[in-house]
Amino acid sequence: MIEIKKLHKSYPIGKDSLHVLKGIDLHIKEGEFVSIMGSSGSGKSTLLNIVGLLDVHDEGEYYLNGQLIKDMNEKKAAILRNKFLGFVFQSFNLISYKTALENVALPLYYKGMNRKERLKVALEYLEKVGLKEWANHLPNELSGGQKQRVAIARALVTKPKVVLADEPTGALDSTTTDSVMDLLKDINDEGMTVFVITHEEEVAEQTKRIVRLKDGVIISDEYTKAAKAV
Amino acid sequence: MFDLDRWREIFQSINKNRLRSVMSGFTVAFAILLFTLLFGVVSGLSNFFKDAFADDAQNSMFVRVWKTTKPYKGLQLGRRIQLRNNDFDYVTDEYASKIQYQSARIYKNFNLKYKNNADSYSVRAVHPDHQFLEKTVIEEGRYLNARDLKERSKVIVIGRLIKRDLFGEKPALMKRLNVNGISYLIVGIFSDDGGDNEERLAYIPVTTAQMLYGNNDYISQINLGYDPNLSLDAAITFGNRLEKDLRNKLNIHPDDQSALSVRNMAEANQNVGQFMFVLYFIVIIVGSGTLIAGIIGISNIMIFVIKERTKEFGIRKAIGAKPSSIVTMVVLESVIITTIAGYLGLTLGTVLLKAEWLREVLEEYFIKDPDVSPGIVMGATIVLILAGLIAGYLPAKKAANIKPIVALRAD
Repeated sequence: MIEIKKLHKSYPIGKDSLHVLKGIDLHIKEGEFVSIMGSSGSGKSTLLNIVGLLDVHDEGEYYLNGQLIKDMNEKKAAILRNKFLGFVFQSFNLISYKTALENVALPLYYKGMNRKERLKVALEYLEKVGLKEWANHLPNELSGGQKQRVAIARALVTKPKVVLADEPTGALDSTTTDSVMDLLKDINDEGMTVFVITHEEEVAEQTKRIVRLKDGVIISDEYTKAAKAV
Repeated sequence: MFDLDRWREIFQSINKNRLRSVMSGFTVAFAILLFTLLFGVVSGLSNFFKDAFADDAQNSMFVRVWKTTKPYKGLQLGRRIQLRNNDFDYVTDEYASKIQYQSARIYKNFNLKYKNNADSYSVRAVHPDHQFLEKTVIEEGRYLNARDLKERSKVIVIGRLIKRDLFGEKPALMKRLNVNGISYLIVGIFSDDGGDNEERLAYIPVTTAQMLYGNNDYISQINLGYDPNLSLDAAITFGNRLEKDLRNKLNIHPDDQSALSVRNMAEANQNVGQFMFVLYFIVIIVGSGTLIAGIIGISNIMIFVIKERTKEFGIRKAIGAKPSSIVTMVVLESVIITTIAGYLGLTLGTVLLKAEWLREVLEEYFIKDPDVSPGIVMGATIVLILAGLIAGYLPAKKAANIKPIVALRAD
């Protein structure tokens, strides 16, 4: 599903450049539940942004669903994101003036689905994350955990191939963290590839494969007990 | 291409961010309001000037005489100049092709009496053409005619207010009026736009006056209407030549303004024209300034708005919005706000200009019937809508091309 070969990325800082990713090789198959671990500055967010087509790499190859990602313009990237990827962010990134239902339905609007149908689909997904009753509430009327569940519903609503979660539990307490992780596990059990970035050991342990990054290189890549248990 | 969903999306964005929308709209509405009022006031000024000169015919010229102030050809100064019938005929003969109307005028003051009502009024002895030169409007009966002049008839045409003073509500037409002891037949009653004084006048045939009062061929003044086909420049040249020729004929020093002068409406018209031109020029500059201020206002607000929304655009892009869809959304929002606000400003401005209380106030300041041509205001609104379009497009284009990752980081 995701295949990365010798990926390099550096950011210019003044006249110098900061080499963030120094030759990453990573292969994630369909249906995997992978977490990327690393301290801040290890390059994990950069990796996710490149995988999520929110940023471009400098060197190396990246195949998404077998398609080589190269010379993406914003328009093509937008179409691919809409088609293959769903995002969950640490800070939720819901649109503040839209209700939970409208937030979930928005990706479907960009997909070109008509209003009636997309509201119906969005409601199904809200139900799935247990927030059907909150459909007409604005984000600021929801708790952090609820917001993140809305964001997950929004990520799932287009039936993406991969869900990318950037510190999805970073702003949540432990109880809601568990409920969000359970939700991600359920999604994975349905066969969707889930790609989580975290610096919390407990969160990583709930995934099936942990990739550890340090200073822009992979230092370990192993399957967890959870994976062996299946 | 009508896309209901897109409009729904745009209206939601406008409606849910009211403060922002109202702020952007206010600038535009205010600019258009000022623009409308400005043009309204100027059109009012213009109307006032047109009216101020509308009392007499636009093409009229007056030949006036008084005392000489310069000695000439051995004649001493202080000599009283007198126009005569042969001067009148001289003008007719020399300039027939350039003259539309011509009338002499003799000023008299008579006591008019009907039954027990009497008062003193100005009476002018004139030719029939005088009606057109003075824009006299006949309300009843008729004006003086060629036959009156030929027969030296004792007929009189009285102003509406004389009739009211002496006759009240009773009919005055074909009644006999005692004019300083001589009986005249009232053949007409007139009105005049020139105000009350112009309607407290009476007209009698010039020939009658010359025969009855002094039995001479004196006239006080010659009034002309130059051929309206003449250009302003040609009319002014004609006036100057007439002045020169008459001074020559009457042995007056060529530069003696006091002894004989020709007052030419063409010159006044030219002055008014120049004045209005300068006024409009100023208004166009001030109006453009207002519009530019409006444009800058919208641009600033759009830049601010788009900065504020950068994160939202990042979210939208992360979930699949193409840059073009974001640009379209912002530009349409901007255009809708400018259009609605422009329309509000226009409506408010027009309503104000039509308001009776404001009109009364303005009329004291020489502003009459202020009005704006819809074309000018529509033009201004279109300019502002275009400005809103550009003001929205440029920053939106920039915002839409920010990498989503950067946009998402924005706060």
